[in-house]
Amino acid sequence: MHYDASSCNGCDIEVLACLTPVYDVERFGVINTGDPKQADIFLVTGAVNDQNKEVVKQLYDQMPEPKVVVAVGICACSGGIFKDCYNILGGVDQVIPVDVYVPGCAARPEAIIDGVVKGLDVLEQKRLRLQQEKEGSK
Amino acid sequence: MGKRTIVPFGPQHPALPEPVHLDLELEDETVVRAIPSIGYVHRGLEKLAEKRDYNDMIYVMERVCGICSFGHGWGYAGAVEGLMGVRIPDRAECLRVMFHELSRVHSHLLWLGLLADGLGFDSLFMHCWRIREKVLDVFEAITGGRVIMSFCKVGGVRKDLTPEMLKMVKDTCDMIEDEMRKTALVFMKDSSVRNRLCGTGVLTKEDVIDLCAVGPVARGSGVNNDVRTTSEMYRSLGFEPILYDEGDCWSRCMVRVDEIMQSLDIIRNAIANLPEGDVSVPVKGNAPVGDFMFRVEQPRGEAFYYVQGNGTKNLSRARVRTPTNINIPAMTKMLQGCNLQDVSMLVITIDPCISCTER
Repeated sequence: MHYDASSCNGCDIEVLACLTPVYDVERFGVINTGDPKQADIFLVTGAVNDQNKEVVKQLYDQMPEPKVVVAVGICACSGGIFKDCYNILGGVDQVIPVDVYVPGCAARPEAIIDGVVKGLDVLEQKRLRLQQEKEGSK
Repeated sequence: MGKRTIVPFGPQHPALPEPVHLDLELEDETVVRAIPSIGYVHRGLEKLAEKRDYNDMIYVMERVCGICSFGHGWGYAGAVEGLMGVRIPDRAECLRVMFHELSRVHSHLLWLGLLADGLGFDSLFMHCWRIREKVLDVFEAITGGRVIMSFCKVGGVRKDLTPEMLKMVKDTCDMIEDEMRKTALVFMKDSSVRNRLCGTGVLTKEDVIDLCAVGPVARGSGVNNDVRTTSEMYRSLGFEPILYDEGDCWSRCMVRVDEIMQSLDIIRNAIANLPEGDVSVPVKGNAPVGDFMFRVEQPRGEAFYYVQGNGTKNLSRARVRTPTNINIPAMTKMLQGCNLQDVSMLVITIDPCISCTER
């Protein structure tokens, strides 16, 4: 799933470009869903501000465990060029835990795909940990 | 009369890559009123003009929006050049026109793709975006960036193009024209596209004038407010405003299809008639006390730039008035009386760029 916090559109369009014929992540079984309840990986572009921090938090809370957050673009990592702006709180990690950071302005589609693949490893580890905890509690 | 219900639309919505929120007041399935609320992408970057000097500020201004990034750079640079009393070389101006039109081609292709996606016509979406990637390849080969290029600077453009680069641009234009001829037919003739687009979201000429709509939204209703009409450089390159009179979604779509074709011609003319000379002049010293306004026709419509100098290296104000901001009243007007299933498509037809709107 993808949500634009306060990005300039550059990274959002690159996230969408990953779906199109030149990059075509769907052949690897990756799809962009609009529904947080069906999502495993949460791509966030752009920094957080006062208006959208609740939205980001809510979307994150609606996703089922295990889940992975990928911060796409330098704004989502640290605030980037907008760090000094009065309405920017900083990177996405100010609000929700971030697992993978993808730098770049704008992040290239190759970098985004790489970030998602790294996210898949993290997802697998989290899934195993959840399973072990479940077996341990039996 | 049915009972009224309120359906929230956004900020996170599958049809929109960007966050905007609408409260839709429905009577059965018909929208009675749409109340937009914005602010999800507000960063406050105009304020940064006080902290960065006017030469560095262009990097911030380019990031007003990642789609029409070049146009924002041009608008800001043009305003500062006006304030400083600098005249840029003709070659730089011509290269700016060329890059701006390339941006328009990729922005309109992106929009056509999003529209197809809004219609549920996924393969058409893929085709439009496949064609668009060719423009991004040109950007990357010339400037090193696919989206944010930093090609424009205060005083001209950052580098000159070699004859090989110009040839590549021209070849790409020819290739895109070939592809577009086939793709445009789908938008013109395909019955499933026409059924959804023709006659929906009609804006009359009077509505457009009352609500001050700009860009393809206005031109789709027969109102010519294209800023390029006033530019001598554009006129010499064979620019004519493209107007359609029906005012529905289909005519807004056709304005953009035709503008792609025209932009390709303008780019080829610009390459053929590129003046010789330098591509930039140095701009140094403090910005004088005073202000200046500059207008650029962005892919989404007229954008307006204002800068105010205070005798130091920093500007005391840099302001952008962006086309989406102006088109939001037109959008709410279109939404009145439409069917709920058309909402996402109608929102898309104004080509909303929320990060421009909120900055």
